[in-house]
Amino acid sequence: MSVMQEFTKGLWKEVPPFRLVLGLCPVLAVTTAASNGLGMGLATTFVLVCSNTIISLLRSIIPGKVRIAAFIVVIASFVVIVELTMQAYFYPLYKILGIFIPLIVVNCIILGRAEAFASKNSLIPSVADGLGMGLGFTISLTFLGGVRELLGAGTVFGYALMGSSFQPFEVMVKPPGAFLCLGLILGLMNFISAKK
Amino acid sequence: MTEYWLLIVSAVFVSNIVLARYLGNCPFLGVSNRMDTATGMSMAVVFVTVLATVITWLVQNYVLVPFELEYLQTIAFILVIASLVQFVEMFLQKFVPALYRSLGIFLPLITTNCAVLGVAVLATQHDDWSFVKILVFAFASGLGFGLALVLLTGVRERLAVAPVPVHLKGMPVGLVTAGMLALAFLGFIGMV
Repeated sequence: MSVMQEFTKGLWKEVPPFRLVLGLCPVLAVTTAASNGLGMGLATTFVLVCSNTIISLLRSIIPGKVRIAAFIVVIASFVVIVELTMQAYFYPLYKILGIFIPLIVVNCIILGRAEAFASKNSLIPSVADGLGMGLGFTISLTFLGGVRELLGAGTVFGYALMGSSFQPFEVMVKPPGAFLCLGLILGLMNFISAKK
Repeated sequence: MTEYWLLIVSAVFVSNIVLARYLGNCPFLGVSNRMDTATGMSMAVVFVTVLATVITWLVQNYVLVPFELEYLQTIAFILVIASLVQFVEMFLQKFVPALYRSLGIFLPLITTNCAVLGVAVLATQHDDWSFVKILVFAFASGLGFGLALVLLTGVRERLAVAPVPVHLKGMPVGLVTAGMLALAFLGFIGMV
């Protein structure tokens, strides 16, 4: 597959988490608002691209038996970098995302792409794959966050979109709403894909 | 004594780690197809969560804090959990093969389970808790996960033979069901 195809497959055909149902924990937790989803998506994209890069470069050196442990060490290092950077420069977002920032290290998407792709392909396709999946993930998170925020608080990115008489559907920004929205969006995507 | 009961009720019902704290969703949705895999997974999660929380708590308080290495918490914890699971697997295989067989494939699968790492990190956020409280918290959190998992599996087993619209079959309707379950558990807020 060409580099461009590696990049674009992460944007629709295999977009996590809607088509590639992986890494659900942060999806449900941080999408209480569109900006939170965006922040988490960008942090995950950074870790994904960096870890794909390093793992692809080192793929011939890492012994087969310890590869999962090696991947985890690489991923964890980048997560610590992201964690400290967010704590220093994006403190409000850091407080909102809370424990889900260190939990990026066990995000199945990152480990999954490292195992399935970066450890078997050269540098440029791996970077493209990481970038595509990461951006797809970011767009999905922002979209889900936007839907939940719109229904649950009447705003998107903090801008009030619904009229003042709108009664927020508050359950949407709570856990039940997360499961419901994701389930219905998955059903919708199945419907759209079937029609094509 | 009452504070321990309150802690258990809070961890199992009010702040259920999967339905209220969003931790452990992947296995929650992944193995809730059949009751035997669900119960196996629940036992494995309780077992690993308790062990992992205890050891990471010790690492946090006797290694990371004294040497001012808190920023290494993520790396340290995940390495501890990965090695612990590996070690436990080998130990069980040799000395308690019956338990090893019943836990089966779920033990290695739990390494990347955000529930385990999540509970470990959550436990360190309560500096004023005694060791026994941490232990009870970890055990109750695992139990809460097991409860939610078993409940969802029961419903999904029935859904598998029900006339669900074709695009919602499988994961979408499972998620909507989980949402209903979460909605029910929301009712426990204010109980403690």
